[in-house]
Amino acid sequence: MYIYDHHDKTLLRERVTQFRRQTESFLAGDLAEDEFLPLRLQNGLYIQRLAPMLRINIPYGMLSSNQLRKLAHITRTYDKGYAHFTTRQNIQLNWPQLEEVPDILAELAEVDMHAIQSSGNCIRNITSDEFAGISTDETEDPRPWCEIIRQWSTLHPEFAFLPRKFKIAVTGSEGDRAATQVHDIGLQLVKGPSSEIGFQVLVGGGMGRTPVIGTVIKNFLPAVHLLTYLEAILRVYNRYGRRDNKYKARIKILVKAWTPEVFTQKVEEEWLRAKNGPATLTDTEIARAKSFFTAPAYEKNTDCPDQLTMPEQPVAFTRWCDRNVKQHKTPGYCAVFLSLKPTGVAPGDVTEQQLESIAELADNYSFGEVRVTHQQNVVLADVKQKDLPALWVEAKKMGFATPNVGTLTDMICCPGGDFCSLANAKSIPVAEAIQRCFDDMDYLYDIGDVSLNISGCMNACGHHHIGNIGILGVDKKGLEFYQIQLGGSAGSDAALGSVLGPSFFASEVPEVIAKILQVYVDHRIDGERFFDTQRRIGITPFKECIYAKAA
Amino acid sequence: MQKLLDKDGNVLSEDPWQIMPRGFDGMLNSDHMLVPVQYWLDTLPDSDANSVCNDQHASGIWLDSDIELEPLADHISTWDCIGIHFQTFMDGRGFSLARLLREQYNYRGELRAFGNIIPDQFYYLARCGFDTFLLEDYSPDFDPLPYLNNFTVSYQGSVDQPQPLFRRRT
Ligand code: SF4
Repeated sequence: MYIYDHHDKTLLRERVTQFRRQTESFLAGDLAEDEFLPLRLQNGLYIQRLAPMLRINIPYGMLSSNQLRKLAHITRTYDKGYAHFTTRQNIQLNWPQLEEVPDILAELAEVDMHAIQSSGNCIRNITSDEFAGISTDETEDPRPWCEIIRQWSTLHPEFAFLPRKFKIAVTGSEGDRAATQVHDIGLQLVKGPSSEIGFQVLVGGGMGRTPVIGTVIKNFLPAVHLLTYLEAILRVYNRYGRRDNKYKARIKILVKAWTPEVFTQKVEEEWLRAKNGPATLTDTEIARAKSFFTAPAYEKNTDCPDQLTMPEQPVAFTRWCDRNVKQHKTPGYCAVFLSLKPTGVAPGDVTEQQLESIAELADNYSFGEVRVTHQQNVVLADVKQKDLPALWVEAKKMGFATPNVGTLTDMICCPGGDFCSLANAKSIPVAEAIQRCFDDMDYLYDIGDVSLNISGCMNACGHHHIGNIGILGVDKKGLEFYQIQLGGSAGSDAALGSVLGPSFFASEVPEVIAKILQVYVDHRIDGERFFDTQRRIGITPFKECIYAKAA
Repeated sequence: MQKLLDKDGNVLSEDPWQIMPRGFDGMLNSDHMLVPVQYWLDTLPDSDANSVCNDQHASGIWLDSDIELEPLADHISTWDCIGIHFQTFMDGRGFSLARLLREQYNYRGELRAFGNIIPDQFYYLARCGFDTFLLEDYSPDFDPLPYLNNFTVSYQGSVDQPQPLFRRRT
């Protein structure tokens, strides 16, 4: 994990001082509301429906047990004892007091955490793959590059007042787990002709009102040019992105309006002027960044029985292993999902006790570190296989062992109408109704991998466009309805869903999902995942079944 | 009250420049009139424009944030002062223009931010190459220093410090 030195620590302390001054002058009436607004947003502070909301960055998803304990302490001391993991590897507090936010930031700074640029029209938290450094399909560990980008983008003087928010994701794997194709910039680490490292650069992906899959604008960018190239993209966007209409202000609209060819041309021209300038990465810096993300001290020869079993509850344990345990590139090790999706809890919500528990599990089983995922779960990345039975017992006690990772009830859900002032409809109660309806684990296993994503409005924080099943809250004459989409995917086969047809009442949603799954079961060919069947047969059979007139 | 500040936090008692309004088409009666760039282009000695004719040519111009710099490339180094007008403080284009002027066009004269800017932008403006800020409503007890001196560390290179931290880290 990246370790802050005195430069990094000083910068965070200075940021806290700055925000304290801004908050105090706002509270004293010396700073106007509209001037404070972008300043507080650049520190992750929204004013929500019920209270302020503070979004804290978890850069590329990495958290130490120390940081988890600090987060637990903060939710206990300054909030109502729980927090919420978001779909972009951040964590949110829903009830902080504005006056106390500077103190919260000071506490976070003690453990090298911050909320810098976690909202606002600037470069946001850099996200990545939760299996970085441990997956078998990885070309290169994305985390050193994420950290390099994090530093470059932090308090960047030129790009603090962009036309709109700007999100960058990096992946080093073929099975893209960072949804790079739906980011403003998606970076995919690739190897060049003589095995040198570089990036395939995608631009203009995104969700929201106008979902778009990103376009490749550079097939191979040698790694040393990463920052000069990013700076060129951002400068072109800063100068030419639309500022007259916030719904047309994202970079995807500019890329579309200009065509990708013209956009690419413009970026190249800009880049050629700054290429090889001081922002060109040095070997020393690359080596320094990499030195923080080396493999932990894995034990050699952790002899592991081929078949791990738990004599008392064999089926439950096996299921948990099937769904929540993932392959690791190091023999004898595995990655374990802690599911934050038990029925009855808003997806991604954690209590302060749970944060403490996660820290404890991390210390006991995974070198004191965890990763948070954009599916709103937590991963222990370096668990000895032979520890699995013991870990399972503990995780179960703490409520993290719901064996549903990757299944229908492991859904992504935004805070929606219960918390968010932009919402058209509630999303958490719909998620819960679905979880209650599909509580038969046998059925869920039989259905297998399917992603279900719920957003409370077109802003798409719940990523409904890229769910195999997407649910979008819509408002019709003051009533809440839900539109259902099929065919989305977040991975390397990224795709945007299509609308099934007229929308439904909340109470109808679980039944509609059941019908959708039935169509899949009726049509699937052995071993086919929901997404594959749906793609093969199209949307029509689903439409026919769901909107069939009663005979 | 309007007041001019420099990037070191000094309040300047006198502003040598007089900013001429958009659409200005009068005569130049001093060499310290900061004219809209269009006026300057219209009165270029070798231009065929015949609307205005002066003996004197302005030595300072101001730009809107959506300007293209390339057509001005040959003249940039001849100006003593370039103002960049911020229509609203949320319009970040001026930050890019400033860096371009400094880093691509090697402009060395005074670079001034005016219009709707807020003190919390001083630091970023200074980093991007601005020398002076014209504040629209300045109160005598306002202290600009906390806005300019807040940070001693920056990660990325910019005009004030072209070397990024990774080339300086010890
Ligand atoms: S999708 Fe809409 S309702 Fe949900 S969190 Fe985002 S803005 Fe709020």
